[in-house]
Amino acid sequence: MKTALANRMTPYLFLAPAGIVLVAALLYPIGYMIYASFLDWNPSQRIGEADWIGLRNYTNLLGDAAFRESFWVTIKFAAIVVTLEMVLGVGLALLLDRNLRGMSILRTLFILPMMIAPIVVGLMWRYMYHPTVGIFNRTLENIGLPTVPWLSDGGWAFTSIIIADVWQWTPFIFILSLAALQSLPQSAIEASRIDGASAWQTILYVKLPLMMPVLIVTALLRLIDAFKVLEVILVLTNGGPGLSTEILSLRIARTASEFRELGVAAAMSNFLLILLLVLTVAMYLYGKAAELRAARLRAAAEEAA
Amino acid sequence: MPEIRLENLRKDYGAVTVIEDLNLSMEDGEFTVLVGPSGCGKSTTLRMIAGLEAVTEGRIMIGDRDVSRLEPKERDLAMVFQDYALYPHMNVAKNMSFALRLARYDKDEIHKRVSETAEILGLTDHLQRKPAELSGGQRQRVAMGRALVRDAGTFLFDEPLSNLDAKLRGQMRGELALMSQRINKNMIYVTHDQVEAMTLGDRIVVMKFGKIMQAGTPEELYRKPQNKFVAGFIGSPPMNFLPAELRDHGGTLHVEGQGFSVPLSAERSASLKSYTNQNVHLGVRPSGFVESDAPGAIEMPIVLSEYIGAQSVLISELGGQQVTIELNSLEPVRIGEIRHFTIEREELHLFDPQTEAAL
Ligand SMILES: Nc1ncnc2c1ncn2[C@@H]1O[C@H](COP(=O)(O)OP(=O)(O)O)[C@@H](O)[C@H]1O
Ligand SMILES: [Mg+2]
Repeated sequence: MKTALANRMTPYLFLAPAGIVLVAALLYPIGYMIYASFLDWNPSQRIGEADWIGLRNYTNLLGDAAFRESFWVTIKFAAIVVTLEMVLGVGLALLLDRNLRGMSILRTLFILPMMIAPIVVGLMWRYMYHPTVGIFNRTLENIGLPTVPWLSDGGWAFTSIIIADVWQWTPFIFILSLAALQSLPQSAIEASRIDGASAWQTILYVKLPLMMPVLIVTALLRLIDAFKVLEVILVLTNGGPGLSTEILSLRIARTASEFRELGVAAAMSNFLLILLLVLTVAMYLYGKAAELRAARLRAAAEEAA
Repeated sequence: MPEIRLENLRKDYGAVTVIEDLNLSMEDGEFTVLVGPSGCGKSTTLRMIAGLEAVTEGRIMIGDRDVSRLEPKERDLAMVFQDYALYPHMNVAKNMSFALRLARYDKDEIHKRVSETAEILGLTDHLQRKPAELSGGQRQRVAMGRALVRDAGTFLFDEPLSNLDAKLRGQMRGELALMSQRINKNMIYVTHDQVEAMTLGDRIVVMKFGKIMQAGTPEELYRKPQNKFVAGFIGSPPMNFLPAELRDHGGTLHVEGQGFSVPLSAERSASLKSYTNQNVHLGVRPSGFVESDAPGAIEMPIVLSEYIGAQSVLISELGGQQVTIELNSLEPVRIGEIRHFTIEREELHLFDPQTEAAL
């Protein structure tokens, strides 16, 4: 009896250290943040000294127009950049999925932006967007067009951060799509050519549907990331002008450091966390559904054999 | 009028020449089989005809149209791939109707054709299934069905049966033969299996290293192989080859080797006179040996005997070489027995040892 119990427990014993590290490293900070979101907490206080105010941080936030604006800016930003990046990235992959001379160099060049540190990307684009010495306005001036207030006008600033983000992250979609494309069953694509499909029809009816599982996961990953973007925008606009580019993570950072309201910042983080959790669960459910479908198909095939 | 003509066809992959100066014409409505060992360029040839592979040099004519540079869809052909190449995300009906839908046939016509073809292939109950839900044999039928629903002028097959198990392969081979008689279109069929080639082809093209070794009817290839390669490739069990020499015995040439001396016909003796006292390769099919007590019969010890019923396949030894013999006899032959055989005149195939051409 005793040995049987010991045998059953052995695996858990071996798992315990990893489990403890996981709890300490992952759950503790999250728990801490959730706890903090119920406090009225100033960074000069120790956490024990802060007042417990229940859900007031949350209810205040929901009534706060600036927070709602920031939330809306974040969603708008994420939706637009991910859409643009998906279209451009997949489009480029479809365009460059061929064996021409020099294509591998071109592909390597394409993924460079992704490898640059976000802060550097921000600085680089800030120089390029500079109203007088930036490359964009100088070029516009040289060809006799009116210059653009890239970062100083609310509408333009939002466009500018989108351009920078698209520049940096389209390569991510591009390489994943290219990998997906190159692992498609080549003979099915050849079959579609024999069946009379034009290049467009092959893309529309064969390639894209077959890439779809990868594309969905890629888009979700990218969406999760886009909700958390901070550095580039911090450097480019610091949220301004006004609140036009103040995405949520930036507002969280400012709430904590400038407004010195750790509890409110924690509550905001939790809103963001919930949003990301929804996306992650969506991704998980999608994966699960795909798995179940595959299992069902396999079972049917075995039955047919 | 020859329907499909390959003229001086050549294919290079970089510096490697895979197909070299291929010339072939296929009559209208003919079932042509390209056969040869793996890697000899059969698929490459077929894919060039299909338009999936660019032609390096030469021309492909269909009727009097030069199609060498045309897209596959402009060549009016349907193809069955070795791995079936079904669209994984479409169900059977969608797979079969894809080409028709692209060509904007009307719904009723598509429905009619798909259900007719599915009926013939026994797929009616599976039309709503995805390829992953089908067995190998069913997938194979869908691939056939996808080609058949289209009214294409030419059908191309690249080893369509090679992924099936032996029993299913035999069954599908029979169905294919029936089907090809019924629809009477140009068919070009690639296989490495000579049995498939012999049973299906109106005409067989034997290839090796990107060249045609011989093209002809199954009978021509079997009875009059033009070279040692074709002789050894066609026929099962394969032909035996023995080193020999031609000797003059009073005006009649004999093929002589270790343990045997077989006279040639007067006609052949005359035509091969110049080869007197030269080395040749003697080829004899396992069925070319006949049991006989006549003087000059070859004495052969039986090393191995496989009794199949009305037939036995024997392995014997002649001049230190293994020789396969097919014997029609209801009685099993025991190992260790010594039997006597003569070789049928018709079955004496002689080859030049250097060029390997038939003499
Ligand atoms: N895309 C390719 N690039 C380079 N070599 C190839 C390519 N496709 C086929 N080959 C070569 O061409 C030869 C003929 O191939 P293939 O036509 O597929 O032979 P098979 O008769 O078995 O169908 C092989 O030696 C193969 O290695
Ligand atoms: Mg092949």
